[in-house]
Amino acid sequence: MRFALLTALLLILLGGLLHIAAGLPFGNPPVTDMDDYFIRHGQEQTGANNIVTSVVFDYRAFDTLGEATVLFTAVLGVGMMFRKLKPGEEYEND
Amino acid sequence: MKMTKIVRSTANTFAPFCLIFGLYVVVHGHLSPGGGFQGGAVMATGAALLLVAHSYQDIISLIRQNTMKLCETIGLLMFITAGLSALTTGGAFLRNWMAHNGGAFATPVAFGANPGVLASAGLIPILNIAVGIEVLGGLTVILLYMLSGVKEQEL
Amino acid sequence: MIRLLWAFPFITVAILAVIGIDAMLFKRNLIKILMGLGLLEAAVNLFLVATGYRQSGIAPIFTNAPDAPQMVLPTVQALTLTSIVIGVATLAMMLSFTMIIYKKYGTVDSQQIRKLKG
Repeated sequence: MRFALLTALLLILLGGLLHIAAGLPFGNPPVTDMDDYFIRHGQEQTGANNIVTSVVFDYRAFDTLGEATVLFTAVLGVGMMFRKLKPGEEYEND
Repeated sequence: MKMTKIVRSTANTFAPFCLIFGLYVVVHGHLSPGGGFQGGAVMATGAALLLVAHSYQDIISLIRQNTMKLCETIGLLMFITAGLSALTTGGAFLRNWMAHNGGAFATPVAFGANPGVLASAGLIPILNIAVGIEVLGGLTVILLYMLSGVKEQEL
Repeated sequence: MIRLLWAFPFITVAILAVIGIDAMLFKRNLIKILMGLGLLEAAVNLFLVATGYRQSGIAPIFTNAPDAPQMVLPTVQALTLTSIVIGVATLAMMLSFTMIIYKKYGTVDSQQIRKLKG
Protein backbone atom coordinates (compact mmCIF):
# COMPACT_ATOMS: atom_id res chain seq x y z
CA MET A 1 0.00 0.00 0.00
CA ARG A 2 2.69 2.46 1.03
CA PHE A 3 4.87 1.23 -1.81
CA ALA A 4 2.17 2.00 -4.38
CA LEU A 5 1.45 5.42 -2.88
CA LEU A 6 5.11 6.45 -2.92
CA THR A 7 5.57 5.22 -6.48
CA ALA A 8 2.56 7.23 -7.62
CA LEU A 9 3.94 10.34 -5.91
CA LEU A 10 7.30 9.85 -7.61
CA LEU A 11 5.66 9.52 -11.03
CA ILE A 12 3.70 12.73 -10.45
CA LEU A 13 6.95 14.45 -9.45
CA LEU A 14 8.64 13.21 -12.61
CA GLY A 15 5.79 14.51 -14.75
CA GLY A 16 5.87 17.91 -13.08
CA LEU A 17 9.64 18.26 -13.42
CA LEU A 18 9.56 17.28 -17.11
CA HIS A 19 6.80 19.79 -17.77
CA ILE A 20 8.85 22.57 -16.17
CA ALA A 21 12.07 21.46 -17.86
CA ALA A 22 10.57 21.60 -21.34
CA GLY A 23 9.63 25.26 -20.85
CA LEU A 24 12.99 26.62 -19.67
CA PRO A 25 15.03 28.67 -22.15
CA PHE A 26 18.29 26.98 -23.01
CA GLY A 27 20.89 29.00 -24.88
CA ASN A 28 19.91 32.58 -24.05
CA PRO A 29 19.61 33.41 -20.36
CA PRO A 30 17.12 36.25 -19.79
CA VAL A 31 19.02 38.49 -17.31
CA THR A 32 22.79 38.92 -17.75
CA ASP A 33 23.66 42.36 -16.35
CA MET A 34 26.02 41.24 -13.58
CA ASP A 35 27.88 38.78 -15.78
CA ASP A 36 28.37 41.36 -18.55
CA TYR A 37 29.92 43.69 -15.98
CA PHE A 38 32.28 40.92 -14.81
CA ILE A 39 33.34 40.05 -18.35
CA ARG A 40 33.93 43.68 -19.35
CA HIS A 41 35.75 44.93 -16.24
CA GLY A 42 37.20 41.77 -14.68
CA GLN A 43 40.47 41.84 -16.55
CA GLU A 44 41.44 45.45 -15.75
CA GLN A 45 40.25 45.42 -12.14
CA THR A 46 41.90 42.18 -11.03
CA GLY A 47 44.55 41.52 -13.66
CA ALA A 48 43.63 37.87 -14.19
CA ASN A 49 42.78 36.28 -17.54
CA ASN A 50 40.43 33.73 -16.02
CA ILE A 51 37.10 35.36 -15.17
CA VAL A 52 35.83 32.40 -13.12
CA THR A 53 38.94 32.51 -10.88
CA SER A 54 38.60 36.25 -10.43
CA VAL A 55 34.96 35.78 -9.38
CA VAL A 56 35.81 32.96 -6.95
CA PHE A 57 38.97 34.47 -5.45
CA ASP A 58 38.53 38.25 -5.78
CA TYR A 59 34.92 39.38 -6.07
CA ARG A 60 33.59 36.60 -3.80
CA ALA A 61 36.69 35.66 -1.78
CA PHE A 62 34.78 35.49 1.51
CA ASP A 63 32.64 32.62 0.24
CA THR A 64 35.82 30.72 -0.63
CA LEU A 65 37.02 31.19 2.94
CA GLY A 66 33.76 29.65 4.14
CA GLU A 67 34.16 26.75 1.75
CA ALA A 68 37.72 26.02 2.95
CA THR A 69 36.35 25.98 6.51
CA VAL A 70 33.66 23.46 5.52
CA LEU A 71 36.32 21.14 4.11
CA PHE A 72 38.35 21.51 7.30
CA THR A 73 35.30 20.68 9.42
CA ALA A 74 34.60 17.54 7.38
CA VAL A 75 38.14 16.28 8.00
CA LEU A 76 37.64 17.05 11.70
CA GLY A 77 34.45 14.98 11.75
CA VAL A 78 36.07 11.98 10.05
CA GLY A 79 38.99 12.15 12.48
CA MET A 80 36.59 12.16 15.42
CA MET A 81 34.92 8.98 14.14
CA PHE A 82 38.11 6.94 13.86
CA ARG A 83 39.81 7.67 17.14
CA LYS A 84 41.70 4.93 18.93
CA LEU A 85 39.76 3.65 21.94
CA LYS A 86 41.55 3.50 25.25
CA PRO A 87 41.91 -0.03 26.74
CA GLY A 88 38.71 -1.01 28.51
CA GLU A 89 36.53 1.42 26.55
CA GLU A 90 33.82 0.34 24.11
CA TYR A 91 31.50 2.01 21.66
CA GLU A 92 28.63 3.45 23.67
CA ASN A 93 25.45 1.41 24.00
CA ASP A 94 22.23 3.30 23.89
CA MET B 1 46.44 -5.71 0.80
CA LYS B 2 49.33 -5.76 -1.61
CA MET B 3 48.91 -5.66 -5.35
CA THR B 4 51.17 -7.55 -7.81
CA LYS B 5 54.61 -6.34 -8.79
CA ILE B 6 53.51 -4.89 -12.13
CA VAL B 7 50.84 -2.71 -10.53
CA ARG B 8 53.19 -1.51 -7.80
CA SER B 9 55.98 -0.49 -10.18
CA THR B 10 53.53 1.29 -12.50
CA ALA B 11 52.10 3.25 -9.57
CA ASN B 12 55.59 4.17 -8.40
CA THR B 13 56.43 5.51 -11.85
CA PHE B 14 53.17 7.38 -12.37
CA ALA B 15 52.60 9.10 -9.00
CA PRO B 16 55.23 11.90 -9.34
CA PHE B 17 53.74 12.93 -12.70
CA CYS B 18 50.33 13.27 -11.05
CA LEU B 19 51.85 15.50 -8.37
CA ILE B 20 53.62 17.73 -10.91
CA PHE B 21 50.53 18.07 -13.07
CA GLY B 22 48.43 18.99 -10.06
CA LEU B 23 50.95 21.67 -9.09
CA TYR B 24 50.83 23.03 -12.66
CA VAL B 25 47.03 23.27 -12.54
CA VAL B 26 47.20 25.09 -9.16
CA VAL B 27 49.85 27.65 -10.09
CA HIS B 28 48.33 28.56 -13.50
CA GLY B 29 44.93 29.13 -11.92
CA HIS B 30 44.53 32.68 -13.19
CA LEU B 31 45.50 31.88 -16.81
CA SER B 32 43.81 28.62 -17.76
CA PRO B 33 40.91 26.56 -16.40
CA GLY B 34 41.79 25.26 -12.97
CA GLY B 35 42.63 26.84 -9.67
CA GLY B 36 43.03 25.78 -6.08
CA PHE B 37 40.34 23.16 -5.59
CA GLN B 38 40.81 21.38 -8.91
CA GLY B 39 44.61 21.15 -8.63
CA GLY B 40 44.39 19.97 -5.04
CA ALA B 41 42.07 17.14 -6.09
CA VAL B 42 44.51 16.06 -8.84
CA MET B 43 47.37 15.97 -6.34
CA ALA B 44 45.31 13.92 -3.89
CA THR B 45 44.60 11.48 -6.74
CA GLY B 46 48.34 10.87 -7.09
CA ALA B 47 48.59 10.09 -3.38
CA ALA B 48 45.51 7.84 -3.57
CA LEU B 49 47.14 5.85 -6.38
CA LEU B 50 50.04 5.03 -4.08
CA LEU B 51 47.67 4.12 -1.24
CA VAL B 52 45.73 1.68 -3.38
CA ALA B 53 48.73 -0.09 -4.90
CA HIS B 54 50.76 -0.73 -1.75
CA SER B 55 49.68 -2.33 1.49
CA TYR B 56 48.81 -0.08 4.43
CA GLN B 57 51.85 -1.05 6.52
CA ASP B 58 54.29 -0.19 3.71
CA ILE B 59 52.87 3.19 2.83
CA ILE B 60 52.25 4.56 6.32
CA SER B 61 55.96 5.29 6.69
CA LEU B 62 56.06 7.30 3.44
CA ILE B 63 52.84 9.35 3.61
CA ARG B 64 52.72 10.13 7.31
CA GLN B 65 49.48 11.28 8.87
CA ASN B 66 51.09 14.09 10.88
CA THR B 67 52.71 15.54 7.74
CA MET B 68 49.38 15.72 5.93
CA LYS B 69 47.64 17.27 8.95
CA LEU B 70 50.38 19.90 9.04
CA CYS B 71 49.85 20.59 5.31
CA GLU B 72 46.17 21.16 5.86
CA THR B 73 46.49 23.56 8.77
CA ILE B 74 49.28 25.52 7.06
CA GLY B 75 47.06 25.94 3.98
CA LEU B 76 44.16 27.43 5.92
CA LEU B 77 46.44 29.67 8.00
CA MET B 78 48.13 30.97 4.84
CA PHE B 79 44.72 31.90 3.41
CA ILE B 80 43.72 33.84 6.53
CA THR B 81 47.11 35.56 6.81
CA ALA B 82 46.95 36.70 3.18
CA GLY B 83 43.52 38.11 3.89
CA LEU B 84 44.64 39.92 7.04
CA SER B 85 47.60 41.44 5.20
CA ALA B 86 45.14 43.43 3.12
CA LEU B 87 43.96 45.18 6.30
CA THR B 88 47.41 46.67 6.90
CA THR B 89 47.55 48.53 3.57
CA GLY B 90 44.30 50.39 3.87
CA GLY B 91 41.56 48.21 2.45
CA ALA B 92 38.94 45.66 3.34
CA PHE B 93 39.56 42.03 4.35
CA LEU B 94 40.81 39.94 1.36
CA ARG B 95 41.19 42.95 -0.94
CA ASN B 96 43.43 42.48 -3.98
CA TRP B 97 46.00 45.12 -3.01
CA MET B 98 48.89 43.70 -5.01
CA ALA B 99 47.21 43.99 -8.40
CA HIS B 100 48.09 47.60 -9.27
CA ASN B 101 50.76 48.52 -6.74
CA GLY B 102 53.99 47.62 -8.52
CA GLY B 103 54.97 44.80 -6.19
CA ALA B 104 55.71 41.16 -6.89
CA PHE B 105 52.61 40.03 -8.78
CA ALA B 106 51.62 43.30 -10.38
CA THR B 107 52.22 43.12 -14.15
CA PRO B 108 49.27 44.83 -15.83
CA VAL B 109 47.44 42.76 -18.40
CA ALA B 110 46.43 44.01 -21.85
CA PHE B 111 42.74 44.04 -22.64
CA GLY B 112 41.31 41.32 -24.84
CA ALA B 113 42.85 38.07 -25.99
CA ASN B 114 46.53 37.64 -25.10
CA PRO B 115 48.96 34.88 -24.15
CA GLY B 116 49.03 35.01 -20.38
CA VAL B 117 51.66 36.48 -18.07
CA LEU B 118 52.42 34.30 -15.05
CA ALA B 119 53.39 37.03 -12.58
CA SER B 120 50.11 38.95 -12.69
CA ALA B 121 46.83 39.16 -10.77
CA GLY B 122 48.01 40.20 -7.35
CA LEU B 123 46.82 38.13 -4.42
CA ILE B 124 45.13 35.42 -6.52
CA PRO B 125 48.14 33.04 -7.06
CA ILE B 126 48.91 33.11 -3.33
CA LEU B 127 45.32 32.18 -2.46
CA ASN B 128 45.41 29.44 -5.12
CA ILE B 129 48.52 27.84 -3.62
CA ALA B 130 47.07 28.03 -0.09
CA VAL B 131 43.82 26.33 -1.11
CA GLY B 132 45.72 23.70 -3.17
CA ILE B 133 47.85 22.69 -0.20
CA GLU B 134 44.78 22.54 2.03
CA VAL B 135 42.77 20.34 -0.31
CA LEU B 136 45.73 17.94 -0.79
CA GLY B 137 46.17 17.60 2.97
CA GLY B 138 42.45 17.28 3.68
CA LEU B 139 41.62 14.59 1.13
CA THR B 140 44.71 12.51 1.96
CA VAL B 141 43.93 12.62 5.70
CA ILE B 142 40.38 11.41 5.01
CA LEU B 143 41.75 8.49 2.97
CA LEU B 144 44.30 7.56 5.64
CA TYR B 145 41.70 7.58 8.42
CA MET B 146 39.35 5.38 6.42
CA LEU B 147 42.13 2.92 5.58
CA SER B 148 43.16 2.64 9.22
CA GLY B 149 39.73 1.29 10.12
CA VAL B 150 39.81 -1.60 7.65
CA LYS B 151 40.69 -4.98 9.10
CA GLU B 152 43.36 -6.87 7.19
CA GLN B 153 41.97 -10.02 5.62
CA GLU B 154 43.96 -13.23 5.78
CA LEU B 155 44.41 -14.71 2.31
CA MET C 1 8.60 17.34 -29.94
CA ILE C 2 11.45 19.38 -31.42
CA ARG C 3 11.05 21.82 -28.56
CA LEU C 4 11.36 18.94 -26.11
CA LEU C 5 14.65 17.87 -27.69
CA TRP C 6 16.09 21.38 -27.55
CA ALA C 7 15.94 21.52 -23.73
CA PHE C 8 17.80 18.20 -23.42
CA PRO C 9 20.07 19.08 -20.47
CA PHE C 10 17.10 20.04 -18.31
CA ILE C 11 15.31 16.78 -19.11
CA THR C 12 18.44 14.90 -18.05
CA VAL C 13 18.41 16.84 -14.78
CA ALA C 14 14.81 15.84 -14.10
CA ILE C 15 15.41 12.15 -14.83
CA LEU C 16 18.61 11.99 -12.75
CA ALA C 17 16.94 13.73 -9.80
CA VAL C 18 13.99 11.36 -9.77
CA ILE C 19 16.27 8.30 -10.04
CA GLY C 20 18.28 9.63 -7.08
CA ILE C 21 15.19 10.21 -4.93
CA ASP C 22 13.88 6.77 -5.86
CA ALA C 23 17.15 5.15 -4.76
CA MET C 24 17.06 6.99 -1.45
CA LEU C 25 13.47 5.95 -0.70
CA PHE C 26 13.27 2.35 -1.80
CA LYS C 27 16.64 0.71 -1.18
CA ARG C 28 17.60 -1.03 2.05
CA ASN C 29 21.38 -1.16 1.81
CA LEU C 30 23.00 1.94 3.34
CA ILE C 31 25.64 2.22 0.61
CA LYS C 32 22.96 2.29 -2.09
CA ILE C 33 21.14 5.07 -0.27
CA LEU C 34 24.36 7.09 -0.32
CA MET C 35 24.73 6.44 -4.04
CA GLY C 36 21.27 7.94 -4.52
CA LEU C 37 22.36 11.06 -2.64
CA GLY C 38 25.40 11.36 -4.92
CA LEU C 39 23.17 11.13 -7.99
CA LEU C 40 20.91 13.91 -6.64
CA GLU C 41 23.89 16.19 -6.06
CA ALA C 42 25.18 15.52 -9.59
CA ALA C 43 21.78 16.47 -11.01
CA VAL C 44 21.75 19.79 -9.14
CA ASN C 45 25.27 20.66 -10.32
CA LEU C 46 24.36 19.91 -13.92
CA PHE C 47 21.31 22.14 -13.64
CA LEU C 48 23.38 25.04 -12.35
CA VAL C 49 25.91 24.82 -15.17
CA ALA C 50 23.26 24.38 -17.87
CA THR C 51 21.52 27.58 -16.77
CA GLY C 52 24.44 29.77 -17.79
CA TYR C 53 24.94 28.70 -21.39
CA ARG C 54 24.94 31.18 -24.25
CA GLN C 55 24.55 29.85 -27.74
CA SER C 56 27.93 29.31 -29.50
CA GLY C 57 29.82 30.75 -26.55
CA ILE C 58 33.35 29.94 -25.41
CA ALA C 59 34.77 29.52 -21.92
CA PRO C 60 35.20 32.87 -20.06
CA ILE C 61 39.01 32.89 -20.36
CA PHE C 62 41.00 35.52 -22.25
CA THR C 63 44.22 33.49 -22.79
CA ASN C 64 44.53 32.82 -26.54
CA ALA C 65 40.85 33.49 -27.10
CA PRO C 66 39.45 34.01 -30.64
CA ASP C 67 38.56 37.55 -31.69
CA ALA C 68 35.38 39.23 -30.43
CA PRO C 69 33.89 36.16 -28.78
CA GLN C 70 30.69 35.63 -26.86
CA MET C 71 31.33 34.13 -23.47
CA VAL C 72 29.17 31.96 -21.24
CA LEU C 73 28.16 33.27 -17.81
CA PRO C 74 30.96 32.89 -15.22
CA THR C 75 29.15 33.36 -11.90
CA VAL C 76 27.14 30.15 -12.18
CA GLN C 77 30.35 28.13 -12.55
CA ALA C 78 31.64 29.65 -9.31
CA LEU C 79 28.49 28.46 -7.50
CA THR C 80 28.96 24.96 -8.91
CA LEU C 81 32.55 24.79 -7.62
CA THR C 82 31.40 25.44 -4.07
CA SER C 83 28.56 22.94 -4.40
CA ILE C 84 30.85 20.14 -5.58
CA VAL C 85 33.26 20.62 -2.67
CA ILE C 86 30.44 20.61 -0.13
CA GLY C 87 29.08 17.42 -1.69
CA VAL C 88 32.46 15.72 -1.30
CA ALA C 89 32.66 16.75 2.36
CA THR C 90 29.15 15.47 3.15
CA LEU C 91 29.73 12.13 1.41
CA ALA C 92 33.04 11.59 3.25
CA MET C 93 31.40 12.06 6.64
CA MET C 94 28.45 9.81 5.84
CA LEU C 95 30.67 7.01 4.55
CA SER C 96 32.72 7.09 7.75
CA PHE C 97 29.44 6.86 9.73
CA THR C 98 28.55 3.77 7.69
CA MET C 99 31.88 2.14 8.52
CA ILE C 100 31.33 2.67 12.26
CA ILE C 101 27.77 1.29 12.02
CA TYR C 102 29.10 -1.82 10.30
CA LYS C 103 31.71 -2.24 13.01
CA LYS C 104 29.06 -2.13 15.76
CA TYR C 105 26.13 -4.01 14.22
CA GLY C 106 27.80 -6.37 11.76
CA THR C 107 25.39 -5.52 8.95
CA VAL C 108 24.53 -2.60 6.65
CA ASP C 109 20.86 -3.47 6.22
CA SER C 110 18.75 -0.56 7.42
CA GLN C 111 15.84 -2.77 8.52
CA GLN C 112 18.14 -4.85 10.76
CA ILE C 113 19.70 -1.81 12.36
CA ARG C 114 16.29 -0.56 13.36
CA LYS C 115 15.31 -3.82 15.03
CA LEU C 116 18.41 -4.57 17.07
CA LYS C 117 18.48 -2.54 20.26
CA GLY C 118 21.55 -2.67 22.49
